[in-house]
Amino acid sequence: MNAQFQPNLTRRTLLGGGGALVVSFSLRPFARAAAQEVQSEAEALPEWGSLKDNPMLDSWIRIDAEGKVTVFTGKAELGQGIKTALVQLAADELSVPLGSVALVTADTARTADEGYTAASHSMEESGTAIWHAASQVRHILTGWAAERLGTGAGELRAEGGAVLAPDGRRIGYGELVAGRSLHVAAAAPSRLKPVGEYKIIGTSVARIDIPAKVTGGVAYVQDLRLPGMVHARIVRPPSRGARLTGLDTRGAEAIPGFLKVVRNGNFLAVVAEREFQAIRAMQALAAGATWQRAAALPNEDEIFEVLRRLQSEERVIKAEGGGVTNAAQTIEARYLRPYQMHGSIGPSCAVALYENDALTVWSHTQGAFPLRAAVSELLRMPPEKVRVIHMEGAGCYGHNAADDVGGDAALVAREMPGRPVRVQWMREQEHGWEPLGSAMITEASGQLDADGNLVGWTYDVWSCPHSTRPGGAGWLLPGWEIESPFQPDRPKPIPQPAGGGDRNAIPLYRIPNVRVVDHFIPEIPIRTSALRSLGAYMNVFSVESFMDELARAAKADPVAFRMRYLEDPRARAVVETAAEKFGWKPGEKPGPGRGQGFAFARYKNLACYVAIAVEAEVDAGTGYIHLPRIVAAIDSGLAVNPDGIRNQTEGGILQASSWTRFEEVRFSTEEITSRDWGSYPIMRFESVPGSVEVHIVNRPDQPFLGTGEGAQGPTAAAIANAVADATGVRIRTLPLSPKRVKAALGV
Amino acid sequence: MWKRLLLGLIVLVLAAGIGFFALAWRSAYDPIDPPGRTAFDDAAIARGAALAGIGDCAVCHTAAGGEAYAGGLPIPTPFGTIYSTNITPDPETGIGRWSEAAFRRSMREGVARDGSHLYPAFPYPHFTKATDEDIRAIYAFLMTREPVRAEAPANQLPFPLNFRPLMAGWNLLFLDEGPFRPDPNQSEAWNRGAYLAEGLGHCGSCHTPVNALGAERKDRRYAGGVAEGWHAPALDASSPAPMPWTEEALANYLRGWDPHHGLAAGPMAPVVETMKDAPAADIAAIATYVASLSGGRTASRRSADQVVAFAEERAFGPVPQVDRPKISAVQAEGLQDGERLFVGACATCHHEGGALPYTRPVELSFSSSVTGPDPRNLVRIVLDGIHPPEGQPGPIMPGFAGALTDQQLEALLIYVRRHFGNAPAWRELGATIRDIRGSDAS
Amino acid sequence: MMALDVNGTTRQVDADPDTPLLYVLRNDLALNGAKFGCGLGQCGACTVMVDGNAVFSCVTPISLLEGRRITTVEGLGTAENPSPLQQAFIDEQAAQCGYCIAGMIMRAQALLERNARPSDAEIRRQMQPNLCRCGTHMRILRAVRRAADAMGSASAAPAGGEARL
Ligand code: FES
Ligand code: FES
Repeated sequence: MNAQFQPNLTRRTLLGGGGALVVSFSLRPFARAAAQEVQSEAEALPEWGSLKDNPMLDSWIRIDAEGKVTVFTGKAELGQGIKTALVQLAADELSVPLGSVALVTADTARTADEGYTAASHSMEESGTAIWHAASQVRHILTGWAAERLGTGAGELRAEGGAVLAPDGRRIGYGELVAGRSLHVAAAAPSRLKPVGEYKIIGTSVARIDIPAKVTGGVAYVQDLRLPGMVHARIVRPPSRGARLTGLDTRGAEAIPGFLKVVRNGNFLAVVAEREFQAIRAMQALAAGATWQRAAALPNEDEIFEVLRRLQSEERVIKAEGGGVTNAAQTIEARYLRPYQMHGSIGPSCAVALYENDALTVWSHTQGAFPLRAAVSELLRMPPEKVRVIHMEGAGCYGHNAADDVGGDAALVAREMPGRPVRVQWMREQEHGWEPLGSAMITEASGQLDADGNLVGWTYDVWSCPHSTRPGGAGWLLPGWEIESPFQPDRPKPIPQPAGGGDRNAIPLYRIPNVRVVDHFIPEIPIRTSALRSLGAYMNVFSVESFMDELARAAKADPVAFRMRYLEDPRARAVVETAAEKFGWKPGEKPGPGRGQGFAFARYKNLACYVAIAVEAEVDAGTGYIHLPRIVAAIDSGLAVNPDGIRNQTEGGILQASSWTRFEEVRFSTEEITSRDWGSYPIMRFESVPGSVEVHIVNRPDQPFLGTGEGAQGPTAAAIANAVADATGVRIRTLPLSPKRVKAALGV
Repeated sequence: MWKRLLLGLIVLVLAAGIGFFALAWRSAYDPIDPPGRTAFDDAAIARGAALAGIGDCAVCHTAAGGEAYAGGLPIPTPFGTIYSTNITPDPETGIGRWSEAAFRRSMREGVARDGSHLYPAFPYPHFTKATDEDIRAIYAFLMTREPVRAEAPANQLPFPLNFRPLMAGWNLLFLDEGPFRPDPNQSEAWNRGAYLAEGLGHCGSCHTPVNALGAERKDRRYAGGVAEGWHAPALDASSPAPMPWTEEALANYLRGWDPHHGLAAGPMAPVVETMKDAPAADIAAIATYVASLSGGRTASRRSADQVVAFAEERAFGPVPQVDRPKISAVQAEGLQDGERLFVGACATCHHEGGALPYTRPVELSFSSSVTGPDPRNLVRIVLDGIHPPEGQPGPIMPGFAGALTDQQLEALLIYVRRHFGNAPAWRELGATIRDIRGSDAS
Repeated sequence: MMALDVNGTTRQVDADPDTPLLYVLRNDLALNGAKFGCGLGQCGACTVMVDGNAVFSCVTPISLLEGRRITTVEGLGTAENPSPLQQAFIDEQAAQCGYCIAGMIMRAQALLERNARPSDAEIRRQMQPNLCRCGTHMRILRAVRRAADAMGSASAAPAGGEARL
C-alpha cells in the first residue's frame, strides 16, 4: 500500500502544490499494471469510465475553502488537448467558470491510477469519470445547500460556483464544503445535465496550455529546473547487444563540471554540473569506452522474409459465411509496411531525485503508475518509495523513450543522492533506441461475382507486438543493460475487438464470406511497441487500398462501392460528408498527373469514424507526391471541443501523410542507421498539403469517442488510392517515397 | 571621292549583311500532330530516359516547384537571364509539334523548329556529338511525357544580344558540329565515357572556362569554370581535390557520395540527383573518362597517403575542447579567432568518429571547397547549408547566414583554409563574402 | 564572463565561449522558449533571433554573439500580454504538443520583420528548416498569415503613421 508519500517539504511547491489533502490509492497488483493496456482494451468501457475503479469523488474533484476546484486525472497531456477537454467537462457539469478549475495530471501520489494514456481512451475513461464525478458533486453540494437554506434541493440551481435559491439567496461552493468531506463514493445513477443546458461542453474553448507554450512558460519536463539540479547523459552501446569491455574515464573527467561516471554492467552514464558539459563529457566518455559489438539485428533486405519465417501465433479473428460459390473473379494483393518511428521533436527527458531512500521521477510517460512499478523493480526498491509525477513532454505518439529515460534517470539519481538529476537523450539516441512501430505484412484476397458484387474476403496480417510497454523493468532499455539484467516477459497480443497488430484488420463492410486471421509474432527482431494507432495504420491502408482495387475490378466508383457494403448509418454519414465536401466526382481526374483517392475506417471498429478524400499530384520525373487538397469528415460522438477534434484530426492526417510518403527506418545488422533527420527524413513545410479541411459530424446524443488515432489509416490509403488514380499504378509497399514511386512508374 | 568611298562602304556592309542573313536564316520545319505514346517503342523510351538523366535535361528545364520538363527556370548568364523552355510535348507551349528531324536539328545546331536560333545556354555545342540513335531515344522519351501547358517568361537580354540571328555568327566561330569521333587508342569504356561526358553530359559547360563571348576555351578544357555563382572545379591535372579522382571515387560521387570527396553541393547536386539512376556501366564509363582528364593527379601533387595522413593529423577529436590538435590559433587582422568559432559552431558535426551516418561529414581536408582556388563554394555552403531533396535521405548541414557576421565568416574560413586546406590563404576572401551576401540580400 | 544582449537586457554569462547559445539560454538564463530538439541544426526547435535573423541556437556558440542582439520567444511578449504573432498562434490554436512552436514563432518573426507582407509561398519557404512532428503545420501557416495580415494592415492604417512590427 502506498503510505502517504510525503515529499521533502522544501520541494513541496515544486511538486505541484501539495495541499493538506493527501488521498491514498491502493496500488494495483504489479501484474495487473503490466497487463493494463491489454486488459483495458479488452474490457467494454464501464458506464462511468474510470470512476468505476476509483469511486471516491474526491479522487477526481476537490474544492477548497475559496471555492477553487481542482480536478485530478490519472491521464497525461500528450499534446492532444486532453487537459482542456477534461476541464470543460468538469466546469460545465459543476456550473463553475472554466478559469476557476485547476487540473492535476497523473501523479502516483495524488491521482487515481488510470493506467496508460493510450489508445484514444482518455476521454472515454477519464473524461467520463470526471464528468460523472462532477455531476455527483454538484448534486451533493446542492443537497448541502438545501439543508442550510431549508428548502428542497429541487428548487435550487447551481451557477457560477454557487448554489442559488429562487429568492436570490446564494451560497458559494467554498462555503458549502467548509468542514465537510467529499470523500464519498459515487452513487448511481449520475444525473448529468441535459445536453441542451451545456454552455462549455460542445464549444471550441481555447486550450488552456497554449499561452504558456507560445511565450516560453514552463510547459515540459524538459523545462523543469530544481534547486541543485545536475545534468546527466547516457552513453549507449554502439550496437544492439554490445558489451562494454573497457573504459577509460580520463577524457570525461577532464571536462570542466564533471561530477561522476555511473557504470552498471553495460549501462554507462556521466553526470556534470551543466548540460553542455554533460554532453561534452558524454562524447569523451564514449571515446574512452571499448565495446564488443554484436550483430543482433536482422538483415534489412530480408526483413519481410524474416518476419514470415518467425514463429507466429495464429488466431482467426473473424470467420463468417459458408464459402464463396459464385466467384467470377478473384483479386489478390500483398501489402508491406517498414518499421517507422515516433520521432518526437523533443528527445525524451526525465528528472529524478533520490533522497532519504525515496525516489521521485518527473516524466512524460504515458503511464505514471506502470512506470513506478517498472522503476521500483529496476532499482529493487519498494514501490511505495517511488513516486512518479507526470509532466508534459514533446508529442510522443505512443510508447517512445519516455519510460526508458525515466529508468536512466532513476539509475543515475541513486548514485547522486540529494541532487535532482536531469537526463535528456540526444537526437541520435532517440532515433537509434526508441521502440519502433512494427514492420508488417498483410495479404488480402477478394472475390467478386459476375455482377461485380463483393462476395468473399480473406485477410491475413503478420506483425510483431504493438505493445511492449513497461510492465516491469524487463521492458525498460536500461533494464537490459545493467549488471543483473531483467528479462522481458513474453509479449501478449492485444485481443479483439480493439486488437494490436490486427487492429482494424476486420473490415466494417458487410460481406457475405469473411475470414480474417491474425499472425502474432511474439519474437521481436527489432524492438517495437505502440506507435499511434498501432496496427490500424497498416490494416486500414491495406483494407482500404484493397477496396479500391476491388472497386476497380468491379468497374465501380470507389466511394459508391464502399457505400454498397456499409450499413452503420454513422459510417455512411461520414463517407457521404467527406465525399460531398470534397466534391467527389466519380471517374473524374482533376488534371494531368493528378488523381483523387478515398478511404474510410472506424478506429478500432469501436471509436471515431473517419473518412478522407485526397487529391494527389505525382511528379513522374522525381516520384514526389504533392497533396494539393485533403478533406476529412469525423464523427466522434459528442464533440466536447470541436476545434480540439479538428486539431487532432489535422495532426493525424499530416503526420500520416509524412509516414506514408517518406518514412522508413533503416538498419544494419548491428544498429539502426536512421539516426537523425537526414537519415530519417520526415515532412517539412515544402510537403505540407495545400489545404486540409476537417468536417465534424457532431452527435450530441452519443457518447464521446476517442479521436486522436482515427485519421492515420484512412490518410495512408486515401493517398495510395489517389496516386493509383493519378498514375494507373498501384503501390502496395509503404512508404510511397519518391524513389519507390519513380521506380513503380517506370518511364 | 568621299562619295564613292561611302557608297563602296555601304555596298560592303550590305553585302556582308546579306551574307550574314543567308547564313543566319533557317527554314522552319512543318509542325506535326503530336504522336501518341504508341508511336514509340518502350525500349527507346527507357533508353531515352537514361540519356536524358545523363544530359540533366530536367535540371534546367524544370522551374523550382514546377512540373518536370515544363521549363521556366531562370538561368543567369553574364549576358542576362535566359529562361529554359518547355520541352514537354504540349502542342502550344512545348515541343508537341516538333518532328524528330526538328528535334535533331535543335540538338545538333541549336535551331528551334520554327528556324529561330537558340542561345548556347542550351548546350548544343555538346549535344551535337550525340548519335542519331540517342537523339531519337531522347525524343521518344520527351514526347511521351505528360504534356504541360506552360509558357516560359521572355528572356532578359540587352540589345543586341536579344537579336537571335547573331547566334549564327557565334556558331560559325564556336560550334563544332557533328557526332563524336572515338579515339581508337583508348578503351571502349573510355570512349563511351568520352562520348557521354563530351556530348550529352556536357561536363565542359561548367568545368571549362569561357571566353568573353561565353564559349568554352578550347585551350583550357576542364581547367575549371563557373556555374550559377559557384566555382566548378577543374577536372584536369589542376584539380583542387586533395585526393586524386580515381575511377572508383568518381563513380561513387556520381552516385551520391564518396568517402574521400564527399557529396555534390550547389548546382552539381541536382546533376548528381538526375544522373544517379543512369545505367551503372554508363556512370562507370564517365568515371573512366573524367578520371583520365586529370591523369590521377591533383594540383597539390601530394600522394593519397600523404593526404590521408594530413587529414588524420588535422582532424578534431570527438571533444574538440580537450583533444584539440596543437596548432597556433589563426588571428587575422581585426578578426576573431577562427579556430574558436570552428570549435563552437562546426565541430559538433565536423569531428572525427561521430556516430551519425550523415552528420558525420567528409573530412574537411578532403574537400575541394576548402582546398580549391576560389572560396565561393565554401562561402555559399557555410551560409546556406546543405539540404537533401524534400522527403529524401541525405546529409543536412544548417546554414549559418544568420549566425555569422561577415567578419566572423571571414575569420572562420581563414582558419578552415589554413588548418584543413593546407593551402595559401585566399586573396579577396572578404570581398567574395561581401559580394555573395550583398547579392543574396538584394 | 561574457556579456550577452538577450531580449534587450545585458546578461553576464559565465560559460565556456564554445557553448552553444541554446544551453546558455536554458541553463544559465532559465529561459524555456528555445528547445533542444537535435543539437545539429536540423529541426529548428532551438530557433531564436540574432540581429533579426533566425538562427539555430544549438549550433551557435556564444563566442559569436558578443555585442549582438538576441531575441527569444520570451522577448516578444508574455502570456498576459502576447505579441501579435504569439496572439495569432493562440487565436489559431496553433499547437498540439507545442514543443516546436517557440522555434516556429521565432522563425516566422524573423520573416515578418524583414517582410511585412509575405506571400503564402514565402511563408512556407521560410519555415522549411523547422520540423513539427504533431502535424500542426496548417495552423502554423495560418497563424503566420494572420499575424502578417494583422501587422500589415496595422502598418497600412493611416492613423498608425509609422510602420509597426
Ligand atoms: S535543436 Fe537546434 S536545430 Fe534542432
Ligand atoms: S506541435 Fe508538437 S512538434 Fe509541433
